Amino acid sequence: MTNAPTPSLAAAKQEPGGALGFYGVWLLAAAALIVLPLIFSSGGSLTSFSLIGIAIIFALSYNILLGQTGLLSFGHAVQYGLGGFLAVHAMNAVANHNWPIPLPVIPLIGGIGGMAFALLVGWVMTKRAGTVFAMISLGIGELVASSSLILRSVFGGESGITTDRTSLMPMFGWTFGPQIQVYYLIAFWVLVSAIAMYALTRTPLGRICNAVRDNPERVEFIGYDPHVVRYLAYMFAGFFAGIAGGLTAINFEIANSAYLGAMQSGFVLFSTFIGGTAYFFGPILGAILVTYLQLGLTSVTSVWQLYFGVIFIGIVMFAPGGIAGILMKHRPLIRAGTLGTVIPSYLVAAIPTLAFALGIILTIETVARFSGGDPINLLGIPFVATAPTTWAAAAVLVVGGFLVARITWRRVAEAWDRAATVARDRGYLA
Amino acid sequence: MTAAIQVNAVEKSFGNVQIIRDLNLSVAKGERHAIIGPNGAGKSTTFNLISGYIKPTSGEIRLNGEVTSGLRPFEINRRGLSRSFQVTNVFARMTVWENVRCAVLWATGHRYAFWKNVDNLPEVKQRTAQILDDIHLSHRSDVPAGLLTYAEQRELEIGITIAGGANVIMLDEPTAGMSHAETERAVALIRRLTEGRTLVIVEHDMSVVFGLADRISVLVYGHIIASGTPEEIRGNPKVKEAYLGEEVD
Ligand SMILES: Nc1ncnc2c1ncn2[C@@H]1O[C@H](COP(=O)(O)OP(=O)(O)OP(=O)(O)O)[C@@H](O)[C@H]1O
Ligand SMILES: [Mg+2]
Repeated sequence: MTNAPTPSLAAAKQEPGGALGFYGVWLLAAAALIVLPLIFSSGGSLTSFSLIGIAIIFALSYNILLGQTGLLSFGHAVQYGLGGFLAVHAMNAVANHNWPIPLPVIPLIGGIGGMAFALLVGWVMTKRAGTVFAMISLGIGELVASSSLILRSVFGGESGITTDRTSLMPMFGWTFGPQIQVYYLIAFWVLVSAIAMYALTRTPLGRICNAVRDNPERVEFIGYDPHVVRYLAYMFAGFFAGIAGGLTAINFEIANSAYLGAMQSGFVLFSTFIGGTAYFFGPILGAILVTYLQLGLTSVTSVWQLYFGVIFIGIVMFAPGGIAGILMKHRPLIRAGTLGTVIPSYLVAAIPTLAFALGIILTIETVARFSGGDPINLLGIPFVATAPTTWAAAAVLVVGGFLVARITWRRVAEAWDRAATVARDRGYLA
Repeated sequence: MTAAIQVNAVEKSFGNVQIIRDLNLSVAKGERHAIIGPNGAGKSTTFNLISGYIKPTSGEIRLNGEVTSGLRPFEINRRGLSRSFQVTNVFARMTVWENVRCAVLWATGHRYAFWKNVDNLPEVKQRTAQILDDIHLSHRSDVPAGLLTYAEQRELEIGITIAGGANVIMLDEPTAGMSHAETERAVALIRRLTEGRTLVIVEHDMSVVFGLADRISVLVYGHIIASGTPEEIRGNPKVKEAYLGEEVD
């Protein structure tokens, strides 16, 4: 058998976009992170950006499990929260002993904390995937969250443990008191973590994680122990979750038991799933959207969690690939130049869909505010929750919107089929 | 010389149903050995036992002289045995290229490495391209494996099995469900790719079996009733009675 390299198509095709495109994306991301607070410089947007940055790291770390390795965890906040607690204790210790450790190093300690915990419990947890793993992760989550309230010396009970981020030695004259300096610290870690997690997907381990996700049984017959693969993935996920937790501790100068809890675990699952688990950038989109929505919605409605539930169910039912999945579905159409033929049908469908959505919102708010609360204000139009006209309007919007939307979405599907057929004929769709 | 595969008095029961009874099999190094037998005889179960997918109830299995019964599939694979599956068993969401490349990684020593860029490993790349070329799937390298045609998936199944360079290859009905032309191509492929290696193949197509095999074992009700060269098997009255009937004449 000759071993001469075969100049096959496959070999030539393996660098998508080439090195330039690859570094270009990250340089662009770095530039965006630097100029963002210069464009939106209000205190509120700085706080939002900081939280979004943390959420991005957290969601990407979660996707190492869910999207890359096929592990559904209900307790990812454990590593995040423990990272946060370790970071707070580290900051206090550094300040007390005047150790020459600057603040930007602290998230790394959080990461080590998250990884150490994963190292400890992970071997048992990752023995099996699927439901077994999901259930154990839920159990560990509850266990740690409840012990955090009992072990007061470590976790500070209900009130948590506070710290002062400015008490560490300054770096380059930065004390990290002002939010803008904290933002840049977070932005730095977002970039480093995202690059590292992307790089991880391009390593032999990263590829085998995908294989374990697709078919753990077959993996055993190409030399790999899927248990080890899951364990390693779990540790990496714990590491980056710990970094996110450490950053949160720096941002709020406190760590408390809420960091470890089911709410936080649900939040990251939610962001990752809405963003889309099949593509690396999916969780980034999800983290941005969900954090932004959370910050925005809490100020306009008291039942914002209900909206999250509705969005989540909508995504699960109609777009299980998440936002990234929806976007990437259009790539072959863009390449084949047939996207233009579906856009008009989208625009038509948007109108009744929007009406339907407004009807749902009106219904939810009517129910929520029926027995008191601020008057409803929908797109500048005031509604009274107790007025039958409001109920009628809601009913018309929901029912009418739904019926018309159904017809228009059928049109979208037809336009899609035509566009996809053309794309297939032109060789852009398998 | 030690045999590539040595199965000694292996028994296997599922619950209280005994599927494999007193199984004895010896496959010499470099031999092409076919296992034939009626449906449900236990051929795939024999593969599962040898490859570590299930453990024997009693008895012993050796690979190149070393006892492997009781080892996990990946441990046996690392000792140089690779098998395919009767029902296609690939990584559906990954591309054809990724499927084959994953099967190359352990054998090329990259193991669980998380510090190397998988796209920058020349020997991995070269070997993957070579395998894809061998199984005639180079032009489909970017397609998710789940979207391949049936025949293409069967070829990928073979590709994944041989990619690690194992010296003992076991193929479970590699041509099942293929057309005549596809079968011929697949057999030529198998013949070429297993050159110089040990091959154990389960096959129902008798022209394939008698054309390819150096030796044949006949499995009936979980027991090997005859083992020998194609001529010996053809002339064996017990085999004729139990299984082959008119087919070989
Ligand atoms: N895990 C299992 N549990 C219970 N019974 C099993 C199991 N695996 C196989 N069997 C039974 O063992 C017998 C042999 O099955 P096996 O798949 O090995 O047959 P085979 O010779 O490969 O047949 P075919 O030619 O149809 O592929 C069958 O009766 C099957 O139902
Ligand atoms: Mg079988």
